[in-house]
Amino acid sequence: MHDSDEFKIPLGPQHPALKEPESFSIALKGEKIMGVDIRLGYNHRGIEKACEERTYIQDLYLIERVCGICSHAHSTCFVQAVEEIAGVSVPKRALYIRTLIAELERVHSHLLWLGVAGHEIGFDTLLMYTWRDREIVMDILALLTGNRVNYGINTIGGVRRDIDARETQDILKGVNTLEERTKYYIEVAIQETTIIKRLSGVGVLFYDDALRLDAVGPTARASGVNRDVRRDDPYAAYGEIKFDVITDMHCDVYGRTLVRVKELMEAYKIIRQCLKDMPEGPITEKVPRKIPAGEAISRYEAPRGEDVHFVKSNGSEKPERVKIRAPTLANVQAVKHMLKDRFLADMPIVIAAIDPCFSCTDRLVSIKNLNGKNKKILPWESLRLYGIEWHKAHGIDMVGLNNSFRKRMEG
Amino acid sequence: MPQEDNVRQELINKFGYLQNCIQIPRPRRISVTLDYNNFAEVFDYAVKQMKFLHLCTITGLDEGENLAFIYHLAQDSGILLNLKTSVPKDNPVLKTVMPYFAGAEIYERELVDLLGAKIQGLPAGHRYPLTDDWPKGQFPLRKDWKPLGGKEGSI
Repeated sequence: MHDSDEFKIPLGPQHPALKEPESFSIALKGEKIMGVDIRLGYNHRGIEKACEERTYIQDLYLIERVCGICSHAHSTCFVQAVEEIAGVSVPKRALYIRTLIAELERVHSHLLWLGVAGHEIGFDTLLMYTWRDREIVMDILALLTGNRVNYGINTIGGVRRDIDARETQDILKGVNTLEERTKYYIEVAIQETTIIKRLSGVGVLFYDDALRLDAVGPTARASGVNRDVRRDDPYAAYGEIKFDVITDMHCDVYGRTLVRVKELMEAYKIIRQCLKDMPEGPITEKVPRKIPAGEAISRYEAPRGEDVHFVKSNGSEKPERVKIRAPTLANVQAVKHMLKDRFLADMPIVIAAIDPCFSCTDRLVSIKNLNGKNKKILPWESLRLYGIEWHKAHGIDMVGLNNSFRKRMEG
Repeated sequence: MPQEDNVRQELINKFGYLQNCIQIPRPRRISVTLDYNNFAEVFDYAVKQMKFLHLCTITGLDEGENLAFIYHLAQDSGILLNLKTSVPKDNPVLKTVMPYFAGAEIYERELVDLLGAKIQGLPAGHRYPLTDDWPKGQFPLRKDWKPLGGKEGSI
C-alpha cells in the first residue's frame, strides 16, 4: 500500500462523509495530500440510452430525476433544446414561471450548501439555521408545484401550472424573510473569524487553473471567472431581467462561500422582478408528439454551474440522442487540483465546496394502503399520524416523551 | 446577427474549405461540420485566436457508418461554436484535446466507454463511467447495442 513513506488511503465509494458514491484514493505523506485519484461512475444509470427508448414527454420526467436538487435545471435545459428543434415559441408567461422556479431552486440549493459547508467545518449551528430557513423556500416550491423536489412544472411548450395573486403574496412574504436571514448570513460570512480562518486558503483554484480545468458556476466565479449562462447566453426570461453576476477573487473555499451567499441576494432580486413583470397570457403552446428532425444544444446556469443538454431528433416521437453534461462533472476535475499539497483534514470541505450533487428526496406523500391493492394519497399530516400509529402498534410510543419535551421547552 | 456572421466570415477567410459547412441556426449558435483531417487546425484556431476558451462538453453520436463527435466550444460573448467531425466506426481514432483543455479528460473517457472511440494521447487512468468488469467491446451508446432484458449478471 505504500511507496517509501507515502500512504494510500481509499475513501469511498461508500463512505458516510460523502452523500453519493464516489471513490477517492488519496496518496498521503504525513497529513499532506500528495495526489488524489478519483473514480466516478458508481451512479451511472444509463439515462442517456434510456432516453432514446422513450418519448419526449417520458424523457422529460426521466431527466428531471437526473438530480434531486437541480431537477428543474435539467428538465428546463432539456425542454429548451426540444422546443428549439420543434420551432415552438413558448408563451412569455411560461418563461417567467420557469425563471421563477429556477431561482427558487437556486435559493434552496445554495442554502442547502451553506448548511453542508457549516457541517463540514464543525459549525453545526449554521447547518441548523440555514436548513430551518430553507424550509421556507421548500414550502414555496411545494405550494407552486406540488413537490419539494422534482417539481414537474415543465412541459414541452410551456409550464403545467399557473400562479395566482395569493401565491404571489406568499412568495413575496417568504422571500422577504429569507432576504433578512441571508443578510445575516452574509454578515456571518464576512465577520465571523472562525469561518474566515477555516475557509481561507483552503481548496485554492487560481483563475488560470479554473479556465484550464473548465470549472463552472460558483466554483469558477470564486476564482474570478466572470461567466454566467444566465447573462452570457440568456434563456427563459433572463434576457429581460436585471441582475449582477457575482464574482470573487479569493480563489478558495471562502470565496466560494461569499459567491453563493451573495448569489442568494441576486436570486431574491430576480424572483421579485419575475413576479412584478410577469405578463398575462397562456402558459403553454401545443406541441405535436413527433418532433421534426434536427438538433439543438441548450445551456442553463444551474445552482452548481453550467448544465448542458444536447438533443438530436429524427422526426419520430423519440429522440435519436440525448447528451447531458451536469455541472459537477465539469467541476470534479478541479477537485484533484485543489487537494494537491493540502491537508487531509481539508478534504471534506474542499469536496463539499464545489457542491457535488446528491439526492434529497426526503418526503413521502403516497403509500400503498395496507390491503396492498389501491394506492392512497396521504397528506403530510395524515402521513405523520400514520407513522405515529404504526410505531405505537409496534410498541414504540414517542408521543408522551415529545409532549413532555415540548412543555419543558415552552416552560 | 452581426457577431455570429463575423465568426463565420473569419473562419471562411482563414479556412476556405469551410465555405459551405457553417450554419447559424439561431443567435449565439454556430455549427460547423468538417472533415477530421481539417479538425485539428480549425480547433486550434478557434481556441487560440478566436478565444473560444470554454469546452462545454463533447457529444458523441453513432451515425451508422461513422461515429460523429461534436465539440461544443463557448466564447465569453455567449456564442457557442459546435465543431462536428466524424471518423469511421470500424476504426474511430481521434486525438485528445487535453493539451487545450485539461478538463476534457473525463469527456473523452466517456466517449471511449460509451461509444468505443479510440483517443490517442489520453493518459492512463480509470475508466468512466462504466464498471471495471464491463465486458470488452460492448459500447452502450452505439445504436446496435441493446440491453439483454436486465437478467442478473448480464448486460
